[in-house]
Amino acid sequence: MSQASPISPPGSGAPPSLAKPEMKKTREGFGHGLVELGETNPNVVVLVGDLSGSTNVSYFAERFPERFVQVGIAEQNMMCVAAGLAAVGKIPFLATYGAFASCRAADQIRVTVAYTDLPVKIGGAHGGISVGPDGATHQAMEEIAIIRSIPNMRMVVPCDYWETKKATLAIAGDRHPYYLRFGRESVPVVTTPDTPFVIGKANTMREGKDLALIACGVMVYEALVAAEELAARGIQARVLDMHTLKPLDEEAIVRASRECGAIVTAEEHQIHGGLGSAVAEIVVRHHPVPMEFVAVHDRFGRSGKPEELMAAFGIKAPDVVRAADRVLARKTK
Amino acid sequence: MPRLEFTLDQLRDRALIVRRDIITLLAHSQSGHSGGPLSSADFGTVLFFHEMNLSPERPDAAERDLWHFSIGHVTPVIYSLMAERGYYPLKDLLEFRTFQGHLQGHPSKHDTPGIDVSAGSLGQGLSVSCGMALGSRMDGSPRRVYCVMGDGEQQEGQIWEAAMFAAHYKLDNICAVIDYNRKQIDGDVEDVMGIAPLADKWRAFRWNVIEADGHDIASIVDAFALARAAKGRPSVILAHTVMGKGVSYMEDDYRWHGVPPTKDQAEQALRELGTSFDAWTGRLRSHASRAVAPAANGAA
Repeated sequence: MSQASPISPPGSGAPPSLAKPEMKKTREGFGHGLVELGETNPNVVVLVGDLSGSTNVSYFAERFPERFVQVGIAEQNMMCVAAGLAAVGKIPFLATYGAFASCRAADQIRVTVAYTDLPVKIGGAHGGISVGPDGATHQAMEEIAIIRSIPNMRMVVPCDYWETKKATLAIAGDRHPYYLRFGRESVPVVTTPDTPFVIGKANTMREGKDLALIACGVMVYEALVAAEELAARGIQARVLDMHTLKPLDEEAIVRASRECGAIVTAEEHQIHGGLGSAVAEIVVRHHPVPMEFVAVHDRFGRSGKPEELMAAFGIKAPDVVRAADRVLARKTK
Repeated sequence: MPRLEFTLDQLRDRALIVRRDIITLLAHSQSGHSGGPLSSADFGTVLFFHEMNLSPERPDAAERDLWHFSIGHVTPVIYSLMAERGYYPLKDLLEFRTFQGHLQGHPSKHDTPGIDVSAGSLGQGLSVSCGMALGSRMDGSPRRVYCVMGDGEQQEGQIWEAAMFAAHYKLDNICAVIDYNRKQIDGDVEDVMGIAPLADKWRAFRWNVIEADGHDIASIVDAFALARAAKGRPSVILAHTVMGKGVSYMEDDYRWHGVPPTKDQAEQALRELGTSFDAWTGRLRSHASRAVAPAANGAA
């Protein structure tokens, strides 16, 4: 483990600070990634449902107005227009809030996009309770469960600005449909521009063999903070950034299960059908070990500040530490 | 890739062949929809054998026109038109809705060559066509996009999202066709959930509205020509049709929306259409290779 910083993401470059992290928005990573794609790939087109500013596709719209499609407040239409564009050779990225992308347009995703297996790239903004003051309707916390149950769909939940940007670039090059989930608020930067990003390959953010913390999205940071606190007590936690929810890195999960003997998953999502469920499906089949789940427990969100909501709904670093203690107690029984 | 040059009489003969295919394949599958496929058979024939530039031998040719049936349940007419146009052998029709065949109950891109986008959940197809039309315009392609919808389907809200979109972007390369047979699975459209005045609704959404007799080949040919000539706005053809058209006991009866004829009923239907179950089954079964260049011959 690096002494200079508790975070040691793979790749070169100065490791980010955990105590005073740089704060950046993941949706900025999406917006900047799209501009880069626009410059290199003439087939990339972007659609939006009247949310250009808050999904940051406005950057693309300013640079490439001829490849930008304003659809208005009509998410179901937008999903299928994107499918039609894909059917004639375009690589459409669409952007709206995750609540609308995953729930309102779920039938359009299932029948038109996924059944046809068209390369539509769905940008689901405002994922998770950390959306804050907008409250329950706008805090998407069901996307992982919905999307990963649909055949042909792929899904990435990046952990920070750089990973969101890299994921945006990576999914453009794959011929299948993708759902990319990102958030509203500025969140800690835990990777560097050099950290590798390979679809379907988890990043080991910290080594350890006492237990494994498997997280996605902003919870990667919370897991790293938790791992630091556990380390102060002599417990070495492996931290996996499971950015790809589908296809899942089964190999990394089985290895964590065998080598660590206990697993805590952490996600800003409902407990049913999310990352925890996906990991458990692998664990029980290949190498059952005790597991605990840090997630939102079957509740709608509410208005509040992102930080206070994350604490109130039990998905901050101290919650990860408590889950680690529980799982370790079960491990040694 | 020139359009086919069929006379009106030859198109009428084609439509009769398609109706025979529909009844025969339904009689074999004993599963599927009868009413809509028969009401769509005439304008479907004009689309596939007159209006569209198609290349069945190269289903993904860049210069082809694009078509999409938003009413995925009318696969009996879609598959018959495709087989008669040479996308796959006629004998494949005898395996409609079977596990071993490639003709799914609703159109599936990854099962059937020539299907561009899968369909089956109503209300989505016009949006898909909008995407195809916009993408084609971005590429400077002259191709046109044809979207077939149902009248009951007009009850889906997404249709009107797409209607707004196509007019907003002035997609004059789209031609929608509505099979206006006035029936849906639960009864008369106006009883189930009224859609009238349908033409006014589309006009209010800034579309070029063309009304046609959906069983008069000349009227349909003219309607497509009018749509082609309209610039600056999308066109919709309200094809006034009769559910179950061509089979006396099915005509104008909503109960034939979603069920196939029994063997005996099929025999009667095929007699009315000038053939027999065994004769037409034999014709389909003997065509094991694609009819690449459909002959402009009669129905005999």
